Amino acid sequence: MKTITYGQAISEALREEMLRDDNVFILGEDMAVMGSVFGLTKGFLEEFGENRVIDTPISEAGFTAMAVGAALRGLRPVVEIMYVDFTPVCFDAIVNQAAKMRYMTGGQTSVPLVIRCPGGAGRRNAGQHSQSLEALFTHIPGLKVIAPSTPADMKGLLKAAIRDDDPVICIEHKLLYAAKGEVPEGEHLIPLGSAAVRRPGRDVTVIAWSRQVHSALEAAKTLAAEGIDAEVIDLRSLVPLDWETLASSVRKTHRAVIVHEAVKRGGYGGELAAQIGEDLFDSLDAPVKRVAGLNVVPPFSPALEDFIYPNPGDIAAAVRETLGR
Amino acid sequence: MKTKANQHGLETLLRFYREMQRVRQFDQKAAELFTQGRMAGNIHTCVGQEATAVGACQALEPTDFITATHRGHGHCLAKGGRAAIMMAELFGKATGYCKGKGGSMHIADLGLGILGANGIVGAGIPIAAGSALASKIKGGREVTLAFFGDGASNEGAFHEALNMASAWRLPVIFLCENNKYGVSVAIDRVTSIADIADRAKAYDIPGIVVDGNDVVAVFEAVSAAAARARAGEGPSLIEAKTYRHRGHYEGDPQIYKPADEVAAWKKRDPLILLQDAILALDPAAADKLAAVEDEIRREIEDAVRFAEESPYPGPAEVVSDVYAADNERSVAR
Repeated sequence: MKTITYGQAISEALREEMLRDDNVFILGEDMAVMGSVFGLTKGFLEEFGENRVIDTPISEAGFTAMAVGAALRGLRPVVEIMYVDFTPVCFDAIVNQAAKMRYMTGGQTSVPLVIRCPGGAGRRNAGQHSQSLEALFTHIPGLKVIAPSTPADMKGLLKAAIRDDDPVICIEHKLLYAAKGEVPEGEHLIPLGSAAVRRPGRDVTVIAWSRQVHSALEAAKTLAAEGIDAEVIDLRSLVPLDWETLASSVRKTHRAVIVHEAVKRGGYGGELAAQIGEDLFDSLDAPVKRVAGLNVVPPFSPALEDFIYPNPGDIAAAVRETLGR
Repeated sequence: MKTKANQHGLETLLRFYREMQRVRQFDQKAAELFTQGRMAGNIHTCVGQEATAVGACQALEPTDFITATHRGHGHCLAKGGRAAIMMAELFGKATGYCKGKGGSMHIADLGLGILGANGIVGAGIPIAAGSALASKIKGGREVTLAFFGDGASNEGAFHEALNMASAWRLPVIFLCENNKYGVSVAIDRVTSIADIADRAKAYDIPGIVVDGNDVVAVFEAVSAAAARARAGEGPSLIEAKTYRHRGHYEGDPQIYKPADEVAAWKKRDPLILLQDAILALDPAAADKLAAVEDEIRREIEDAVRFAEESPYPGPAEVVSDVYAADNERSVAR
């Protein structure tokens, strides 16, 4: 094992996959000469050349659609959209083209495209640079969505996503780029659709992804001191969903709390809550609870921004409530 | 026809004529079947625009690629699509190009280089540029041609794709079929320039206007653009001035078209223009033209029979092909 950051994990995953497969190439704004705004692709231009490390103009709609075209020709593009907030600019390429190409051609072709985009709040970037938009993508058949929370998961899932024949949206939390963690040496792959039990427990299942996994673990620590044993599940991959891991945990604990940074209304947590309600009603001892972002535009002021997303205290309070304490 | 048709010889012109007849008869039949209620959905025919589809595809090689539009039957046929399999797709049958999941607006045959017709106006333009980028990355000599309409030239996708294709000298041809109308809106009501080809100047690439009803003119323009693309000199924008004889969709009353305009363009029907050119070259070719028409009539009748006799896809097919990998689990939840 070695210790690297979440950002370095992205860099290693991209580099290893580009070395392994000549069909993999990366494109996006500031990817080549600058090595990306988060410094993830520094040195790639020198190593792989300008045909495989492409600086695009600021044309998200155009270059994402071009990546779809290149994918139809057997290449495996990895696109960076500088912020998830910019993906609506290129929604046609993602929603109407990449996601539907396989189905609408009767399975003639795949679109092995990965779209990486930083998401999440916490950097005082205000309304157009701080959103969590994963629910938009989980709603579209044909797309896969991953939202890793640790360097090891990021590396393993991103590598698996690049090898996957379907379009995958990889949402990276910008506050996690500097977070460190242990990553196995050598080839490290995590299959899409496999959740991780981050902390086993018997009293309640806390389901989270991306940065909120860390808040959930902190809340679990606080709760443990009070004699409440929370099981924390990191979904890692929202589509495909590891329903088996989630369901067996809820069958064991009989209680579920879902945590996400995205706004509550229309969030993926609502979908999970509905599925738990439909399929696991008999196992539940309490209503499923959601702890989520406020239904507001991310504000700039630090004094306001910190209110919008769940913190460990909110999660602990929701767990106590679901346990009737 | 002020064309240089006679420079191409009778055999070539007859080949063009045959392909244009296929497109014409296919779409006329599709319109007829739709009106009779024998197929569902929406039909956008390219009657009147056969010369652009055929002229362009005849200038391409079988290993080249195209992206088609929602008005794409002609593009797919001209690139080698089989009428029977296309007709089956229009009928939503399992034997269609897309197993009945794409329908009229989404026909694709990756093996023939047809990267897909598209229901979103302009969407195929950057996809074609991306295919050209793939050729550049892989070092291939394929050319990709994007068909699109005058309406699509006002979409952002057009401008973004032209800019990148020009900056990177991609082997792509942008072929605008200016049929004068975006649904009901005449292009000159929403665009101030007379020639869409003028937009090429903004991207420092050749912008060529051709008579889109003259198959030879289209063929020559696309041949030159393809040679340029293959030589590594980058993209071209070709504007083919043409006209759609029928409505935007079948059933469109076309109240927005002046009668004299329709009449003038019907006189310039691309099939009649080519017929005249062929007969001018060889008056004895009339029999050959009639034989071609009969042959195509039989082909289209066979296509309809094949489509009608084909089975619908089974219910299990509805959840297949959403994903390439892990399909069942990804579809289930």
